[in-house]
Amino acid sequence: MRKMIKPCGLHCIKVKHLGVELGQQIILEDINLHIHCGSLNAVVGRNGAGKSTLIRAILGEMAHTGTIEFKDRENGRIQKLKIGYVPQTLNIEKQTPVSVYDMIASYHSNVPVFLMKSRKMKEQILECLKIFEADNLLNQQVCNLSGGELQRVLLSMAIMDSPNLLLLDEPVSGIDQNGMELFYKTIYHLKEHYDLAIILISHDLDYVKRYADKVILLDKTILRQGTVKEVFESEAFAEVFQVRPKGSVRELGILSERLNSSGKDIDNFQQRKEER
Amino acid sequence: MEIFSWLQYDFMKYAFLAVLIITPLFGLMGTMIVNRKMAFFSDALGHSALTGIAVGVVFGVENTNLSMVVFAIIFALLLNQISSRVAASTDTVISVFSSFSIALGLAILSRGGNFSRYSSILVGDILSITPEEILYLAFIFAVTFVFWLLGFNKLLAVSLNRTLAKSRRISAAWMENLFAVLTALIVMVSIKWVGILIINALLILPAASARNISEHMREYHFFSVLFSVFSGVLGLVVSYYVNVATGPAIVILASVIYFVTYVWGRKNNL
Repeated sequence: MRKMIKPCGLHCIKVKHLGVELGQQIILEDINLHIHCGSLNAVVGRNGAGKSTLIRAILGEMAHTGTIEFKDRENGRIQKLKIGYVPQTLNIEKQTPVSVYDMIASYHSNVPVFLMKSRKMKEQILECLKIFEADNLLNQQVCNLSGGELQRVLLSMAIMDSPNLLLLDEPVSGIDQNGMELFYKTIYHLKEHYDLAIILISHDLDYVKRYADKVILLDKTILRQGTVKEVFESEAFAEVFQVRPKGSVRELGILSERLNSSGKDIDNFQQRKEER
Repeated sequence: MEIFSWLQYDFMKYAFLAVLIITPLFGLMGTMIVNRKMAFFSDALGHSALTGIAVGVVFGVENTNLSMVVFAIIFALLLNQISSRVAASTDTVISVFSSFSIALGLAILSRGGNFSRYSSILVGDILSITPEEILYLAFIFAVTFVFWLLGFNKLLAVSLNRTLAKSRRISAAWMENLFAVLTALIVMVSIKWVGILIINALLILPAASARNISEHMREYHFFSVLFSVFSGVLGLVVSYYVNVATGPAIVILASVIYFVTYVWGRKNNL
């Protein structure tokens, strides 16, 4: 884990003409993004707009057209992009004997977790867990963690080998209002103190409004991107979320709640589909 | 010594050796099969053994063991592919394939009314094992153990979240296919001694029991292998003295262990 440093602002990630097709169906087309390190970028859009697909394409899990480049802005050198990913949920049932150590080590170590615990790995993991005040969870079973605890553990894991880009699927279930607040505060803290860029899929417009540096409104392609104000007051935004431009905060609240609950259904559905 | 009198016969010695080699494998593989909810998958694999033999008979292959293994591997890979693509639930897809394959096998083998020649494979006979076959087992044991050492972490990673695994550059498809092939191999080499009807129980029960009382992966594997070897050896001895088929004796013991661990785990809130 790298020491805390101020974001340098000199790196950027460029996504050019990214497109995803599934059979005959176009899921994403002509996505162009320019992401700076030290910025929090929120992706919003209705259900089925391709938000999760965008993340999976950036991760390389889904075949896509177009390019993703990671550049040093000073000398234009292209580097290898390291991506940290925080999934919405894990595919884990009650009573599964997987501890937090087991889970993190399975992704980050070659020492077989069924045989022994590597001390070096354990210390590395503890160091990262400490950042999110989760070091007491090391030996807990993953399936017994609360939603908020799991999120902190997953975040620790995602930043373990200092990624340049952090991709987050905002949790929609198992986290209460306080937990959400904490989640966003943690993300904000990460952004301020580490040299990385964040792309966050969000279902909660209220939080986006408060924390995001840049908002990307997605529906198959990017309808609008820019600052919170620019996007929230745009026509496209009003159309997608069916609010009048300059909608009041209260309206946004109701809207985000509605979005939240329908988001749950879709995400559960997708999770089920993935499990198959 | 009186307790080891059963070891005076060669067939018992071979059976004992075979049990010592194969049960730890069942214990190991079982942990992942249970974690990944693949119980039905391994069951279907077992059933495909009949079809494998039938295919061998149809094509006039002399060694039906070979056709059985080859068919099972193809069957496993096919199941993996199809269940990841078809929108219907995995259970349904596996069930369709499993039924089709067992029906095809039964139809071919029962042609002319000589199915009884093959019926021994349903229950299995561990006492028929030969030294040469024990060598095969030892080979599979080595392969599986090496795979487990090198690949277990990745396999676990993939089972927890495929996209997350991808972000760590772990290929989900590769790991899943390798695991399926290995499961097919193990099921096929042991099916003659264990029998189609109960082979799945040996894969599932030890791991399921271990799950009842374990909190992390080391405990899980330790108990799973321990229960598997224990019920295997004790089952063999009991079957010798009580004069019942070995496979069922092992499964009964493994089931008893399951119930005991279940109660114990509930009591201790694990």
